[in-house]
Amino acid sequence: MASNETVYNYKVVRQFAVMTVVWGVVGMLVGVIIAAQLLWPEFLGGIPWLSYGRLRPLHTNAVIFAFGGSALFATSYYVVQRTCHARIFSDGLAAFTFWGWQAVIVLAAITLPLGITTSKEYAELEWPIDLLIAAVWVAYAVVFFGTLWKRKVPHIYVANWFFGAFILTVALLHIVNSAAMPATFWKSYSAYAGATDAMVQWWYGHNAVGFFLTAGFLGMMYYFIPKQAGRPVYSYRLSVVHFWALIFTYMWAGPHHLHYTALPEWAQSLGMVFSLILLAPSWGGMINGIMTLSGAWHKLRTDPILKFLIVSLSFYGMSTFEGPMMSIKTVNSLSHYTDWTIGHVHSGALGWVGLVSMGSIYYLIPRLFGRTEMHSVPLINVHFWVSTVGIVLYIAAMWIAGVMQGLMWRAVSEDGTLTYTFVESVKATYPFYAIRLLGGLLYLGGMLIMAWNVAQTIAAGRTVEAPIPAPAHA
Amino acid sequence: MDINLIRGLVTVAALAAFLGIVWWAYSPARKKRLEDAGRSVLEENDQ
Repeated sequence: MASNETVYNYKVVRQFAVMTVVWGVVGMLVGVIIAAQLLWPEFLGGIPWLSYGRLRPLHTNAVIFAFGGSALFATSYYVVQRTCHARIFSDGLAAFTFWGWQAVIVLAAITLPLGITTSKEYAELEWPIDLLIAAVWVAYAVVFFGTLWKRKVPHIYVANWFFGAFILTVALLHIVNSAAMPATFWKSYSAYAGATDAMVQWWYGHNAVGFFLTAGFLGMMYYFIPKQAGRPVYSYRLSVVHFWALIFTYMWAGPHHLHYTALPEWAQSLGMVFSLILLAPSWGGMINGIMTLSGAWHKLRTDPILKFLIVSLSFYGMSTFEGPMMSIKTVNSLSHYTDWTIGHVHSGALGWVGLVSMGSIYYLIPRLFGRTEMHSVPLINVHFWVSTVGIVLYIAAMWIAGVMQGLMWRAVSEDGTLTYTFVESVKATYPFYAIRLLGGLLYLGGMLIMAWNVAQTIAAGRTVEAPIPAPAHA
Repeated sequence: MDINLIRGLVTVAALAAFLGIVWWAYSPARKKRLEDAGRSVLEENDQ
């Protein structure tokens, strides 16, 4: 075992990179299953453990924390080592974050189908698992910031600022929102009550989007797009402003999840205003990433990995335009509680988070396994198109379904009664659930193509150790 | 001191800090240093 200071620690990067693909397949498969359940509710035979209400949090936890989380661990450990010219701080702690995180995922996969849940969205796991998450996350912070501390280059590259903000903020969010009083080993009650509990939950929930699903992936953008395009980021100075603008505004947007509820009006309006302000840093960052290709657009024609990375940014731009619009109270009164929200989330999740992760993993796998490129480059292209068509079908179906539901629910007849019963809106949604299932199947199919391609690349490769450059001192 | 006055001052201080960062990043003295930092990731070969 080469635990010396002349080579990077690629082992932990390899472990997380491979598990990104494995959990991607699992999480998306569960997504396809619950999409099918909305069409055929009893197709799994009515087994309680596999009912929609229990599988849905399993899907969200698997794709966000298992797939997305593994991608974030893999890329942040790779980027922080390579941009700091330093081996990771503590191989042992890094290994603990890998095995600890996998244990969290397995515990989630067992407890959620059993119906063990706090019922807080994206924070469903019960308190013993929350304690393990906290331990893993503190170790992650020590490993990441310890590596920054060891750096042999004076400047901290911008990608590391985004990864660092993601790690610190998620620690804060998780610990505050998970504060609870245990009643038994698998049951606890939130430390907060009523509207306060709702506000804490959506402060957590929206910042899970802002920092777990955005800041960390922007870290990927700022490293892998310049590397894959062979060009420096369009404006490094803009990247500094992008970072701080995001940090100063994201924290306050959470109340837009609670429009027209018991939350005080002023808090709702504050959330709306900060959500609208967020459009500026989001688009500033997106433009910075896309314009990195300025003068080298032709590379997009021939390089499928670059297609993943750049198209992910166009979905990022779409969803960060849509998000602020949906936070406007009058728009939200139409969109909230409808499938429009599901469409919005998936344009961000499948389009932005998914594609940028896949592009980054395609970049990493050959380098981690001693190959010059993936086993099949044309298959990367096939994966790209299958996924993109899947995303478009998915989000278009959910947009139409959502707007239709919103309009049907608010329609009032001349005599003042509701025009439609709820079940009529469910019936009208049925064909769109079928289109959504097709979109999800295509996206899962793309992930299976990636899994095969990755397996073939690894089978014909070998594990490599990359040397750390000698310090360029006088 | 009134809590709302403190809240207002903190908000103003945060805005001033942000504007300071914008000034820092875009002042001509930092131009070369920051552009070099942007190029630094391309200088190491990781094939």
